[in-house]
Amino acid sequence: MALLHLLAQAAVDNNKGLTAIGRGIVYGGAAIGPGIGIGLVVGNAITAMARQPESAGTVRTIMFLGIAFTEALALFGFVLAFIISG
Amino acid sequence: MNPLFLAVDVPPISHVTIWGNGPLGLNKTIIIYGLATLATILVFLLGTSKKKLVPSGIFQNTAESGVAFVRNQVILSTMGPEGLPYLPYLTALFFFIFFSNITEILPAVQFPANARFAMPMTLALATWVIFNVVGVVKQGPGHYLKNSLIPPGVPSFLLVLVVPIEFISTFLVRPFSLMVRLFANMLAGHLILVTFATLTAALFAKSFTIVIFPFSFALLVAMTGFEILVSFLQAFIFAILTAVYIGGSMHPEH
Repeated sequence: MALLHLLAQAAVDNNKGLTAIGRGIVYGGAAIGPGIGIGLVVGNAITAMARQPESAGTVRTIMFLGIAFTEALALFGFVLAFIISG
Repeated sequence: MNPLFLAVDVPPISHVTIWGNGPLGLNKTIIIYGLATLATILVFLLGTSKKKLVPSGIFQNTAESGVAFVRNQVILSTMGPEGLPYLPYLTALFFFIFFSNITEILPAVQFPANARFAMPMTLALATWVIFNVVGVVKQGPGHYLKNSLIPPGVPSFLLVLVVPIEFISTFLVRPFSLMVRLFANMLAGHLILVTFATLTAALFAKSFTIVIFPFSFALLVAMTGFEILVSFLQAFIFAILTAVYIGGSMHPEH
């Protein structure tokens, strides 16, 4: 009986550790794609602004829109990391 | 801030429908939202009460440059002149979100009210209702549904796949991502500031750790500056996405 209790305790502790690892993996994984994506958006926006400085205002607005859409995926991962509970 | 404010709790993230411990069930976010509402009203009341041709005083300058900013950057660049009737809603949205975000770096408050998702959810639902109503009124219910579910130029055998995806992305993911974007950005910024503030306080001790203390402190100052930018940017992005969604349901893509 004591052994069983110990095993159950160990399983609970193990779950806590796994939850923490899972949270880390969820947020880390969710940040990879948007990281690359925001880099692409901003890099291309800078190229466009450097080529045509007179269109910088429009490009900046659209750049923020693109960042907002791309960033949403990373934020879903951030929120999911809070939702996961073990 | 008065002692009453300090005694009132910050609600945990999971408490959405539970009253706070202050008088009348207030908690910190509600007080901050009240102050943000008051600030928004004050800027426009005081800014327009004694109008001068050449703007003078902080209120008239703030009100006029804010309205001009929303008009030029948010509406004219996404919806064109047809979107100008939505100027009051978008301006109020922008100022309210900005004022409730900027408390993140306000000394003695230092908590962005939008880091709890009740109000972002309400604002996102308001936007959702507005762009759906605009679409139904401007295009008629059948046309609106057809234009938002069937993208132009899709072959008919793909419709089985495309229509559910478009339905989910237009009617479910849009309000959800609006809410999560504002809420998670402010929560993440707040967590970063808290982390560096506690780190700075912990390193400021009579031991060798005082050597690394300046780096942590410098990063705290830098992140505080960055959070001013973020709280402005999130208000701007919320307003501009609302404008894009309303514009999209006014003009169907052909």
